[in-house]
Amino acid sequence: MDLDALAGCLSSSACLVTQTTSGLIIGMLLFLVAVGLTLIFGVLKIVNFSHGAFYMFGAYFAMTAYQLTGSFALAMLAGAAGTAILGLIFERVFMSRVYGADVLMQLLVCYAFVLIFDDVVRLIWGPEFRSMGMPAAFQVMPLFIAGGVVPPYYLLLIGVALVAAIVLGIGLSRSRIGKVIRAAAHNPGMVSALGINTGLIYGGVFALGGMLAGLAGALAAPVRSLTPGMGFSVLIESFIVTVIGGMGSILGALIGALLLGLIRSYGSVGFPLFTEGLMYLFMVIVLVSKPTGLFGKEAA
Amino acid sequence: MTELEAGCAERLAPARDVAGLHRYRDVLIALIAFAVLASLPLFSSSKSLLDFVIRCSAYGLFATSLNLLVGYTGLTSFGHGMFFGLGAYSFGLIMQKLGVSIPVAFVATLAITAVIAAVIGAICVRLKEIYFAFVTLAFQMLIHSTILSWASFTGGDQGLRGGIPRPAFLGINLADHAHLYVASCALLILGLLAMRQIAQSPFGYTLRMIRDNAARASFLGIDVWRAKLTVFVLAALFASMGGMVMALFVSGAYPEFAYWTISGEGIFINMLGGVSTFLGPMAGTVLLLLLNDTVTRFTDYHGIVLGVVILFFALGLRKGLLDFVAEWFAHRRDAGEGR
Repeated sequence: MDLDALAGCLSSSACLVTQTTSGLIIGMLLFLVAVGLTLIFGVLKIVNFSHGAFYMFGAYFAMTAYQLTGSFALAMLAGAAGTAILGLIFERVFMSRVYGADVLMQLLVCYAFVLIFDDVVRLIWGPEFRSMGMPAAFQVMPLFIAGGVVPPYYLLLIGVALVAAIVLGIGLSRSRIGKVIRAAAHNPGMVSALGINTGLIYGGVFALGGMLAGLAGALAAPVRSLTPGMGFSVLIESFIVTVIGGMGSILGALIGALLLGLIRSYGSVGFPLFTEGLMYLFMVIVLVSKPTGLFGKEAA
Repeated sequence: MTELEAGCAERLAPARDVAGLHRYRDVLIALIAFAVLASLPLFSSSKSLLDFVIRCSAYGLFATSLNLLVGYTGLTSFGHGMFFGLGAYSFGLIMQKLGVSIPVAFVATLAITAVIAAVIGAICVRLKEIYFAFVTLAFQMLIHSTILSWASFTGGDQGLRGGIPRPAFLGINLADHAHLYVASCALLILGLLAMRQIAQSPFGYTLRMIRDNAARASFLGIDVWRAKLTVFVLAALFASMGGMVMALFVSGAYPEFAYWTISGEGIFINMLGGVSTFLGPMAGTVLLLLLNDTVTRFTDYHGIVLGVVILFFALGLRKGLLDFVAEWFAHRRDAGEGR
C-alpha cells in the first residue's frame, strides 16, 4: 500500500492526466469486450465464457493482416471481420446445441473452447510473446495536456470505442433490426411466430459480440503484447464489468468498464500489489448491495 | 396413541431398518475400499501409481464436496477452489510458523476454514444462480490476489516454499511416503463416508428439496438460507481437507491452489463423472487425472485434446459418465422386467 504516492498523484495535474487516460483506454477496451458479453447474455441468455478468445483472435488476426499488408485500417478490419465470422460459426455449430440446457453445460462447452482456442493460437502463431508494433501513422510526438503525456493512438482508441458505443446504443433502440433483437431477447417464441428467423438473430448477435471483442483485440494489438491465453484476464475483467454494470445493460457496461479502468490505473499507483484485489473487492461490494448490478433490471 | 398413529409407526419402522442397513452397507464398502487401497503398495511398488492415488484423494475430496453444493443443493459455486487453497495455505503456514503437531494444525485449519466459509457463505447464499456463481468467483479471486500481494506472509507468487515440516505423531510419520499414502487414503475414505452420511441424512434430503423447489421448502418451514449456509460451510471443510492432503503431498502451497482454474476443474470433474450419483465426482477425478497424465505425455497441445473430450461429454453424452452408466442399468433392469 502506498497512499502517499496516491495522494501525490491526485495533487499533480500531470499524473492525473496520465493516469486518467490510461484508465480510460483500459476502460474502453474492456467496454468493447464487455458489451459483447452483455449483449449475448441479454439476447441468448448465455454466459459466453469463451469471449476472451475472440479478443485474442482479433489481436492475432490484426497482427497477421498488418504484417501482410502494412495497412492499419485493413488490420482493424481483419480483426473485426475475422472474429465476426468465427462467432457466427461458433454459435451456429456449437452453442445453438446447448440453448435451454443447464447453465453448467453451457459453461462447460465454453470452457472446452477456451482450452481449444488457446492451443490453436499456440499451434498457428507459436507460444512466445508477439507484438504488432505501432503503425507508422501514429509514431509521432505524444500530446502534452496539462503536463501529462498522451500518445495520439490513445485518442484514436478512445474515439473508436466511443463511436462503437453510440452506434450500438442508437442502433439497438432506434433501428428496425435493433427492435427485433430486443423483441427476441424478450420473447423469442413470439418473434419466431411472427415469421422472423430467430436462429439468424441469435447467430447475428453472437457474431456482433465476437466482432466487438475482436475489434478490442485489434485495437489493443499495437499497445499490448500478444500471447496465447491473453484473452483470459480480459475475460475475467469484462465479467466483473458486466456484473457491476448489470447483465444485459449496455449503459451499465460502459459505466462499469470506465469505473474499473480508473480503479486499475489509480489502484496501480496507490496499491501496486493489490490492484486486482481492489477490482474483486469492488465487485463483491456491488453484488452484495445490489445483486443485479448498478443498471441491471430486477429478475422477472 | 391413536390407531392411526400406531399404523404409521408400524409402517415407518421397516424404513428405518432399511436406512440402518444402508448405513452398514456404506461402512462396509468404505472398509473394503480402504483395505484395497491400503494394500496396493504390497502388489505394486510403483511410486507414480501411489502418487496418483494421493492426488486422486486430494482432488476427489474437493470434487465430491463441490458436488454437495452443485448436485445436491443446486448451488453452482464457481469459487469452491478458494477453500482448497485456504486449506493448503493455512495448514502450511500453521506448520511452518507455529511448529505444532499435525493433528493440531489439521483441526485448527478446519476451524479457520469454517469461520471464513461462514462469513463468505452468509454473503453468497443470498444470491441466486448465476449471481451466486459470480460472487463466489469474485471471493475466490479476492483470496487469490490477497495471497499474491501479501508476499511477506504467504510467499507471494513463489508460493509457500521451504517445505512443510512433518513431525511424526502417534507413530505416524507423514514424511515417509508409505505413511503419507495410507494417511491420504484414510482421509479420502473417511471424508467420502462422512459426506455420504450427510447426503443420505434428512438434512441431505432437505438439500435436494431446496434444489428442486426452494419456495416449497420454505413454505414447509425450512429455513432455506440456513440450510444453504450449513452445506456451504460443510462443503468448504471437505475441500479444505483436500487442500491439506495436497499441501502434505507437495510439501508446500502455491497460489495456483487458490486460482479459479481449480474451481473450473472441480466443476468439470463433476460434469465428467456425473452429479446424480454420489461417486460420480470421484469417477470424474480419476478420469480427469488419467486424461491429464496421458495426454501431457503424448502432446504439447493437451488443451485441444481435453477440450474435445469435454465437448464429447457435454454435446455428445449430455451427462456425466456415472449418470450414463446408472441410466443404462436402470434401462436394462426395466427391459428385463418386461416393462
